[in-house]
Parts: sequence; C-alpha cells; structure tokens
Amino acid sequence: METKEIIYCLKKIVKPYVQNDMAFQDFGKDTDFIKDLEINSANLVDIVLDVEDEFNIAIDNDSMDNMLTVEDAVKIIKNKQQEA
Amino acid sequence: MNKRIVITGMGVAAPNGVGLAAFSEALKNGKSGIKFIPELERLKFRCQIAGQPEIPEEMLKEYFTDLELRGLNSSGIVYGIISGVDAWRDAGLPVGPEAETDWDSGIIFGTGILGVDKFREAIHLIDDKNTRRLGSTSVIQTMASGISAYLNSKLACGNQVTTNSSACTTGTEAILMAADRIRAGKAKRILAGSCSDSGPYIWGGFDAMRILPHKYNDDPEAGSRPMSESAAGFVPGSGAGALVVEDLDSALARGAKIYAEILGGHINSGGQRNGGSMTAPNSEGVKRCIENAIFDAGVRPEEIDCINGHLTATAMDATEVKNWSEALELKGKDFPYINSLKSLTGHCLSAAGSVESVASVLQISEDYIFGNINSNDLHPEIKELASREKVPQKSLFREVNKVAKASFGFGDVNAVVIFSKFR
Repeated sequence: METKEIIYCLKKIVKPYVQNDMAFQDFGKDTDFIKDLEINSANLVDIVLDVEDEFNIAIDNDSMDNMLTVEDAVKIIKNKQQEA
Repeated sequence: MNKRIVITGMGVAAPNGVGLAAFSEALKNGKSGIKFIPELERLKFRCQIAGQPEIPEEMLKEYFTDLELRGLNSSGIVYGIISGVDAWRDAGLPVGPEAETDWDSGIIFGTGILGVDKFREAIHLIDDKNTRRLGSTSVIQTMASGISAYLNSKLACGNQVTTNSSACTTGTEAILMAADRIRAGKAKRILAGSCSDSGPYIWGGFDAMRILPHKYNDDPEAGSRPMSESAAGFVPGSGAGALVVEDLDSALARGAKIYAEILGGHINSGGQRNGGSMTAPNSEGVKRCIENAIFDAGVRPEEIDCINGHLTATAMDATEVKNWSEALELKGKDFPYINSLKSLTGHCLSAAGSVESVASVLQISEDYIFGNINSNDLHPEIKELASREKVPQKSLFREVNKVAKASFGFGDVNAVVIFSKFR
C-alpha cells in the first residue's frame, strides 16, 4: 500500500479522537498524535485497535510504544503488511 | 439543622417517560412503562416483562459526543447522563466544555452495578485470550463510579464527586448524603441521583430467586401490582433519576427555580436481626427510620399529605403499610394518601430511590397525587390500616405540601426523606 493511501486511512481513523482541530487540518507524516492532535493518551490503544482492524494486521506491544507520529504508524503498518 | 436545603433542578429517564414533562404526564395519566421483552423470552426467563426507558438514537447524540458513543455499552451510563445533564441544565447550571471547575458543586450519583453488558463483552474477550482488544473504555464503563465520572466530564464539579451503593435505597440515600454535606457547609450544591442498567444480566438473579411475577407475560401492564391482594412479585425495571440539591441561600442568590424543600430524613439499618435479613427488613428498623425522619424534618405525622412508599408488589407490602401506620400512629381515614411508582415503572432497583424521589417532588411542585394502577383488589390487611380512598387508583389533583419518601434495600438498609413545598 502506498504511503499516501495509508496516511489517508489513518486520518479517517484518528478523526474522532482529535481534540485540536487546527492541527488536524495539517495532518501529515510529521504529525504527533499526542503533542499536535492532543489525543488523550488512553485513546491511543483504541487507535491501535482501529488500525489493526482497518489494515488486517496485529501490532505488538513494542511497536505500539513507538507509534507516536503518523510516520511511525506508516512504518509499522508497512512492516506488518510485508510480514503478512 | 440551620441551613435550609432545596431542590433546584430535576431530570429523569424512567420506563414510562424520559424527561420531566413526559414523566409527569405519565404519572398523571397512569401510563405504564412495563412491556414484554422478547430477549427475556428467548433466554427462558420465568418473568418476561420489565420496565426500561426508551432512548431513541437521535437523543443519544444530544448527550454524548461521537467519540463517547463508540463502544458505549452501559445502559446505566446512558440513563444517568440523560437525567443528570437534564437536572443540571434545569437548575440553570453550565454543562459542557464551557463549564469551568466549580469548587462548590459536587456529585453523589449511585448505582448497584454498572455496565454489565460492557463487562460481559470484556469477559468474552479475556476468556478468548484477547485482553488487548478491550480498548480504553472497559474500565470507565464498568467501575461503579463510572457514572459520576462520566457526569463530571460534562459538569466540571470540583467538590466531592462519588458514587454510593446501598441496593434499592441507593437513590434516596444519595439525596440525604447530599443534604448532609450541604448542611455541614462543605458544598453549595450537589447533583444527587442514581441509575440502574437494563437487561437480563441485571434481572436474572432476581428471576432465579423466584421473586418476579411470571403470570403476566401476556399482560405486561397488569404485572406490577403493589398493595394488591394478587401482588406476586416485583417487575424488574431500570432507569435513572437526578435532583440538584442546593443550599437555599445559594439558590436564592442565583435566582434559581425551587421545586421543593428537603426538610430532613434518616438512614439506618435493621442490623439483619429480629426479622431483618439479607432480603427483608427488620420492621423495628423501618419504624425507627420513619420516626427519626419525621423528627429530623420537624413535622407532625398528620402534616404528611402523601407517602411514596417502597412498596414493590410482594407480600411485604402489607408489612410496610403496617410499619407506616405504627410509626406515624395514623390509620383508616387519618392515614395519609399512599402510592407506589412501581405500579407504573416496575422496580428500578438502584435507580428506584431517585426516580421515585423525582416523582415525589413533582407531586409537590405540580399539586397532584398519582394513582396506583392495578390496586383494585387492595390487600385486606392494607384495607384495615388505610381507607380505600387513601390508596387512589386514579390520580388526584389537589394541593400537596409534604411527601414522605421511603426506600428499603437488600442487606436490611432503609432511607426516608421528607419533601415539602417551599415557602
């Protein structure tokens, strides 16, 4: 899957959790889920579950801990898709 | 008791009406909220009727954000939020992101058990070795205090925010706990109330105890029969009620509307002795609770216009009326009017005390005594204590100044509160 396509899907997944709508308008690979979008850290586990469902992958705990930005998420998704 | 305590806002999600206006209309017209529940038939319950509030999808969106609605599977939270937010708004207090932390406002909102459907979801995932799939809302929807926590995400109270639990007295206890805290000068206003989930996982245990009626599955509205000779058990219910309990000075300073005054009340336990048990009250405890409430309120028994009893529609109804009669030393024509909301809603369990307190206060603020449907065959022992006209079958429209509201719960716990017209 293309990076652009993954980012598009991520944007849709993340939308309901976003608390900073201004930052969401500039959603891109450098966007930080907590620092920029002000997503409640408790909701990150929900986003991981949504990502798993959308991309049909399983994200292990180590990867989960490193998923801070959109770019991190794209890398993890690509890796898991290649493994599969 | 030098501080006067009043009620400045109310909200309700009851089986026979959601919102104050719909609920009051239902009371006046004797509208039942008890229905046949196909799910209970499928699960082979003996009792397949119940009372549960009807909440349309669009209504949920008025109270919850899209994010909150994702994975929301706790009916108690739904009912509690609707009633609590309504009450707070009704009192003219701020709700939502614009509300700032208010250190003088608190929440005491009780429940018996919260989010059983959500808990069931979690149990299945855990047993499937899939704990990581629980997501972030499993805890907050199933912790007992989840209801006060959810409410506070909208109300921003900075005083005590807690959840009490004392079986079917929970809601009445919450009101008295709120009044005590305000009387002590520790808070100016408290949202007091309670909620109870709907569904088979709440009601199943009672069905197993064979204390629910099983002969009315074809005639649900006739199933809940408090004070009747044919009373055959309580119809399970659910919902939530909420009251803003406030210091009179604060209410007057805000120019708030005042529904009624809380003159006083009492909470006790019969100690599970002398006839009291896990499931039945010690009559001495009940009578002391009534007497102490009347004393605390500073009223004479004959001033009570109406008793809103616990009266669940079991063999204990006659005992309860006897306890009232002995505690108040009134009988026959002198006995106050008496009614039970449970004929219209079923027994809302941990929500009963608050939903019924909202009904009690509405009787004072709108001057009526709602009727007891299904009491046509009044129990002979009750007939000896209270004249037939004191157990009205249809609503009476007359001045109502003082109502005594009682709730009794499993574990032999009692609560009685005395509401009065505010003058």
